[in-house]
Amino acid sequence: MTLATIDSTFERCTEIIGDLNFPEVRRWKDEHPGGKAVAHFPVYAPVELIHACGILPVTLNGAGDRLDIQHADARFGSFICSIVKTTLEMGMTDHLAIIDGMLFSTICDSARNLCYVLKRNYPHMYLDFMHLPHNPMPGSGVVPFLAAEYKRIQDELEKLSGKKATDEGLRKSIALYNENRSLLRDLYALRAEKPEVLRTSELYALMRAGNFMPVETHNLWLVEALGELRGRTGKPRDSIRVVVEGSFCEQPPLDLIRIIEDAGCYVVDDDFIVGRRWFTEDVPETGDPLTALADSYVNRSVYSSVRHDARKPRQKELVKKVHARNARAVIMLIAKFCEPALFDYVLFKRELEAQGIPHLLLEFEEKAFTFERLRTEVETFVESLLFE
Amino acid sequence: MTEKPAAGKGAAEKPKSEYRGQIHKLQKDLMTRWYQRLEESALTGNPKSVSLLISGACVELLESFDVVPIYPEVNALQLAIRHESLEPILYAEQMGYASDNCAYVKADVGAMMLRVTPTGTKMPTPALALCNFVGCNVYTKWFEHLSEFQQTPLYMLDTPFMRTDSPRKEDVAYIVQQLHEIVKILEQITGKKFDIDRFRHAVQCSRQVEEMWSRIKRLAQNVPAPFDAYFDAITLMGPLYTYRANPKGVEFFEVALRELQEKVDRKEGVYDQERFRVVIEGPPPYPYFRSFRDMLSSWKAVSVASTYSTVGGLWEFGFRHDAENPFEAVALHMLEQNLCNRNMLQRYEQIRRYVEEWKADGLIIHFVKSCRLFSAGQGDMRDYFTRTLGIPTLYLESDIEDPRYFGEAQIKNRVDAYFEALGHAQATGAAVAHASSQAAGPSAQNLRVID
Ligand code: SF4
Ligand code: SF4
Repeated sequence: MTLATIDSTFERCTEIIGDLNFPEVRRWKDEHPGGKAVAHFPVYAPVELIHACGILPVTLNGAGDRLDIQHADARFGSFICSIVKTTLEMGMTDHLAIIDGMLFSTICDSARNLCYVLKRNYPHMYLDFMHLPHNPMPGSGVVPFLAAEYKRIQDELEKLSGKKATDEGLRKSIALYNENRSLLRDLYALRAEKPEVLRTSELYALMRAGNFMPVETHNLWLVEALGELRGRTGKPRDSIRVVVEGSFCEQPPLDLIRIIEDAGCYVVDDDFIVGRRWFTEDVPETGDPLTALADSYVNRSVYSSVRHDARKPRQKELVKKVHARNARAVIMLIAKFCEPALFDYVLFKRELEAQGIPHLLLEFEEKAFTFERLRTEVETFVESLLFE
Repeated sequence: MTEKPAAGKGAAEKPKSEYRGQIHKLQKDLMTRWYQRLEESALTGNPKSVSLLISGACVELLESFDVVPIYPEVNALQLAIRHESLEPILYAEQMGYASDNCAYVKADVGAMMLRVTPTGTKMPTPALALCNFVGCNVYTKWFEHLSEFQQTPLYMLDTPFMRTDSPRKEDVAYIVQQLHEIVKILEQITGKKFDIDRFRHAVQCSRQVEEMWSRIKRLAQNVPAPFDAYFDAITLMGPLYTYRANPKGVEFFEVALRELQEKVDRKEGVYDQERFRVVIEGPPPYPYFRSFRDMLSSWKAVSVASTYSTVGGLWEFGFRHDAENPFEAVALHMLEQNLCNRNMLQRYEQIRRYVEEWKADGLIIHFVKSCRLFSAGQGDMRDYFTRTLGIPTLYLESDIEDPRYFGEAQIKNRVDAYFEALGHAQATGAAVAHASSQAAGPSAQNLRVID
């Protein structure tokens, strides 16, 4: 890949994430007649199970500003985040016809209720709800519980695809996703080390495009991109290093990420699409695969606003992240009406203030398309830090 | 033609709706006693106290250790009903809570910071924040925050959400295992050894209370209904949560059942002449509790069933705690037998049964801004009840806790229009649909314009 090709890769990724017709999913379905696609929100879902049943996992990112909300407001009313509404709107405007099923989990009350509203309105679709546990303490019986929950989901997925997932197949799927996550970890490390070489908007587009394509393909793209980027040089900018926190589920528009960068920030860590980078290390590729996945969920995973883990208070973890990435400040980038993130903000704010780490709170909606006010806020924030 | 409601302005001129018998006095005594025990705990450290959530509470376990539960939700609702919620909410917003975060949490946290309690009595710092997470994700945040601000240990009692038709054995096993963990913690806190017989006794008390509570709820199937299953039910819910697992609770419900049964025997309703029977979905607008009640009273409308009265537990369809298997019983209650841990479609079914079996004329959906557990998707619920089932449905929006979200005049207009249309349909003999088999009929069509 040459520099020209890597730029075109980023462009291609940008196109993919902007297309509401799931071109890569369609391509995969054309190549796999009778193949099914199962979607989930950008937070954690056991994609390995879906994959091992011969199904294409698809991470939904709502519809951004590309679809007018005409029907979903009447079903969900005010005070509900955009991704819930745009997802429903996509369903009501046939944009999800390519999707055969959806998996939801215990992330928040709005998304949970959406699962059941969809179920009533689309009785022929496979819609399921997973209980991802909130008590990871040893002694709670959590790992066997979660392994059993994965088994239940696996049985349902097998019914949908008509294919059995073998243990060996599951281990292969785990290996493929381990590779994917490990490549993403490498890219994240590269960006933190040389933010002038890899812009966050580029990394983000590259990662988010993986939401809609087979992991095998995405892995190839990531390997090529990494190789190419190692030789790329960039001119350091006069930017401050920040961690972005709070957009784990509903995703900020790509333009907004660009604006944050252009306003003078090197984003050196973030929690975008947190489900893609859920594990801090590889899921074991030996032993019982469901137990390996369950145990990894509980014991080898990142902190997040959509789960409780008494061992890892999120506010402390965020501070660790800031120090580990040598960042100067935090931008809390929170989707409007995202209850888990907005609640967490209280504890984050308190801890950041106690630690003397400056932060800026920004609220966004994925369906927004003008960001002038946000741009000014970031610029002012950056200036205040530069001239401190 | 439709009879206009009494045109009076003051409450004195409105038809009197709430029932005041012995129930009220006894309820007051019990609640006062509960607050006294909390104060005692605050002053002397004995009895020990533990924070808990109403929904699917495992209060039987606390009872077996003589531990008194603190319910932050009760604090919040008491503040709202006494018109004291705004100040703590504003304080919490200054701390960083968002304007659209659940105001129950904001009022409770704000009051704690301001050292205000609804009754003026002292509140203890709990020995444990026991988050019985059943459904509402806000619970996890609320208790994380309490634990942080009060420097109290937190235990997250993780309850799998009801996502299958019946509870799975793995779900029950997971909860039971956690309950055993909690037993160990309670032993440490209280210095007492766990006594299975005391636990069974507590569970047995709950079983008796549940039987009576469930019969009380079924009394509202009578025409006229002897009490209002939304507004009056809240009076009964206090003892249900605080004293369910205690002989005092049993005594209370014996009296309540007897009194209400006597009313039925005398054919005495909430009003001298009951005009409308409705089911109410969603939590009440506590800051305007009285006004809202008056709006319905002025039409002599009685709620015969409500989903809110099942947040603590769902017993009218047959579930009882079983003293033979106390841990499993508590687990099943948390898992399956309370509204919050059940999915939307199970809630639709519950409401549908209420409308049919409690012979209701219509449904009122109260959308509560704070509470996404209840309100996210209620527009779809309205669609289901009006379009699919043809049940006249009124949709109102306000809040459970935050007085800033109650548009009194607008809500009153909508309530009036709704009952006027219902009355019109009754007077002209048009069938008002309340059977699931019936598609949206002409009367429902007419009524839809006001939904
Ligand atoms: S953005 Fe937040 S509120 Fe919306 S579905 Fe995701 S977690 Fe829930
Ligand atoms: S969101 Fe609803 S159920 Fe949850 S704590 Fe708030 S009022 Fe209660």
